[in-house]
Amino acid sequence: MSETPRETMEFDVVIVGGGPSGLAAAIRLRQIAPDATVCLIEKGSEIGAHILSGAVIEPRALAELLPHWHEEGAPLNTPVTEEQMLYLTENGGIEIPLLDRVMPHMRNHGNYIVSLGDLCRWLAGRAEELGVEIYPGFAGAEVLVDDSGRVAGVATGDMGVGRDGEPTGNYAPGMELRAKYTLFAEGCRGSLTKQVMAMYNLRQGVDPQTYGLGIKELWEIPKEMHRPGLIQHSFGWPLDDRTYGGAWMYHFGDNLVSYGFVVGLDYPNTWLSPFDEMQRVKLHPSFRPYFEGARRIAYGARALSEGGIQSIPRLTFPGGALIGDTAGFLNVPKIKGTHTAMKSGMLAAEAVGEALATSRVEPGSYTRRIKDSWLWDELRTVRNIRPAFAKFGMKGGALYAGIDAMLLRGRAPWTLHTRHADNEVLEPASVSPKIDYPKPDGKITFDRLSSVFLSATNHEEDQPVHLKVRNMSLWKTVNWDVFRAPESRYCPAGVYEVADEATDPHLQINAQNCVHCKTCDIKDPAQNIDWATPEGAGGPNYPGGM
Amino acid sequence: MKVLVPVKRVIDYNIKPRVKADGTGVETAGVKMSMNPFDEIAVEEAVRLKEKGVVSEIIAVSIGEAKAQDTLRTAMAMGADRSILVETDVVTEPLAVAKVLKALVEKEKPELIILGKQAIDDDMNATGQMLAGLLDCPQATFASKVEVADGAVTVTREIDGGSQTVKLALPAIITADLRLNEPRYASLPNIMKARKKPMEKITPADLGVDMTPRLSVISVSEPPERKAGVKLDSAAELVSRLRNEAKVI
Repeated sequence: MSETPRETMEFDVVIVGGGPSGLAAAIRLRQIAPDATVCLIEKGSEIGAHILSGAVIEPRALAELLPHWHEEGAPLNTPVTEEQMLYLTENGGIEIPLLDRVMPHMRNHGNYIVSLGDLCRWLAGRAEELGVEIYPGFAGAEVLVDDSGRVAGVATGDMGVGRDGEPTGNYAPGMELRAKYTLFAEGCRGSLTKQVMAMYNLRQGVDPQTYGLGIKELWEIPKEMHRPGLIQHSFGWPLDDRTYGGAWMYHFGDNLVSYGFVVGLDYPNTWLSPFDEMQRVKLHPSFRPYFEGARRIAYGARALSEGGIQSIPRLTFPGGALIGDTAGFLNVPKIKGTHTAMKSGMLAAEAVGEALATSRVEPGSYTRRIKDSWLWDELRTVRNIRPAFAKFGMKGGALYAGIDAMLLRGRAPWTLHTRHADNEVLEPASVSPKIDYPKPDGKITFDRLSSVFLSATNHEEDQPVHLKVRNMSLWKTVNWDVFRAPESRYCPAGVYEVADEATDPHLQINAQNCVHCKTCDIKDPAQNIDWATPEGAGGPNYPGGM
Repeated sequence: MKVLVPVKRVIDYNIKPRVKADGTGVETAGVKMSMNPFDEIAVEEAVRLKEKGVVSEIIAVSIGEAKAQDTLRTAMAMGADRSILVETDVVTEPLAVAKVLKALVEKEKPELIILGKQAIDDDMNATGQMLAGLLDCPQATFASKVEVADGAVTVTREIDGGSQTVKLALPAIITADLRLNEPRYASLPNIMKARKKPMEKITPADLGVDMTPRLSVISVSEPPERKAGVKLDSAAELVSRLRNEAKVI
């Protein structure tokens, strides 16, 4: 490409990603090492633009990071007051009794329903007050490695590269952000994390990571239906027993409702469409009344890590560490990852602070700090629950979870394992039962395109496609011939379409629609799709409240 | 030659604005904001004039809440040399903005003031014209080409059905239209450097301007939903339906 040399800037620490873990790490670093120069980059157009979560959060890590968060106006305004776990059948459902005994992880007393995007915007303000330099609109596109094999920072992507890969009149080269320590806080399935894991063999000896896809809508509902503080979760219908997942609905803020659906990406049926499952659950009598006369405000989707501690890779490497969900600290039975992500960022910051002072190559004490913390205890206790659902199915898994909680109390002498990556368990179209989804009504249920519109997703049109299919002929022989293009169903943004299905089927990629959920990178059966960072500031623009 | 470029912080052009449930206005809390695209074109033009050696200093100014400093930082990352934030929380109306700008022009004495032709939030298309009236100086609105030579500026304007070229004595006011240029990216190195460029913060009162709104908004509503189209079988059917149902031919 162009020979224009890249400009370089040196920092003590560079953090890739402005979510809860990256921001918590940045804040902690400046608290313990006020002279350290800390630079944080974020691929979204602003902090919060790419943040998507339910979210009910446990304020434990926040309180450790910023003890006066309440007085300082952190946007945690709706405490959880009432909660229900629903087992759905097609037309009815039962509420699971004695919830806090059967599913103690679901005990939400003291937790808050929040917009995680708003919380991140607030955290970014605190970080900037402490002197962190935050640059939204710039994606980490390349890992810099020095001659000794140590990660030495990242480079941002070039701007103004045309669709054909050639520089346009507006070309601006990326910039090298060099650092003594680089923290990757990219969220689930980070694209640079993927490279770093391969470079340093960080996944050796651990279970494959297993994922879920969360699809969310934000609604404004009539005042008389709004019950601030109510949280509901469901499992059962419409998913079969071999598919993990369920819906959530949280009432919070000013007549706002967060509704969404998570599907475990270890689902076997290639005909399954997480998007359409999410849409049709809104029509269930348990949820439908809340949507009548209501208005949909925003839409988005994001993958999440569900493997638990069995799937957590080695956390450090020369010159840096992995923090937050890119490492995989989500607590699945709790359906919470913000407090663990923040805690991991804080512990990594403490390890980096120590390494800075002693000029160590690898911030190795991070791993020990994690294992000595409540974060590890918490994840260890729940380690068998998600794998039990994979092993015994939804009903068996729920039974196991109850036994694990009530009798074993998380102290089972065994550990269940995830044996297969999510892309390996998809079954051929010929043996998978087809699923008949209802047509959208345009009032409560919608199609993909009108949904993506509400994510305010935008990418500069004239740029290379950031979803890279390694081998197109493999798409034909595997994705089409065997699985009938599962990407056209699992992609919640309508990026993948099959053109000329009857005559000459080929894959059409509408990269502009991409909401950066990373599901294609995870679930493509032949691992033939690489999600790369597009030009900075591209992607969704989730609004406040999301 | 000094250039003054006013820039406005507006809801980002990618975002679909959402009317508040009570109809009092548009939701801006937590909504992505950025520089008015026409103002970006104005900044770009000023930077290009500086690169040609015509302009010696570019001053960006924004009138609005404290967060408008982000917009000024962007202007400085694109190439403005310094900036002035006139901080106010009231709704900014064109006449009040023009009065603030007049006071700044009298203080800074720029020879050229380049504005966006309109802001994409209220679509008023009035500030440049009002400023020209208040300053009693020449104006060229909807500019698609700007050339400065021999103490005058020659501007090609977009007008209905074509273009018009006018020559103005300095100081003059230009408002930028879409075709004037394609603004550059604010690159990361330039954003970093812009953090060190000077930003002056003042209030309208410091300039002796009263910004109290003169307009009152009665109600704000979403545009009516567009009805879905229908596919017709033939041109004859189209003609018949346009004539008999739509009654437009």
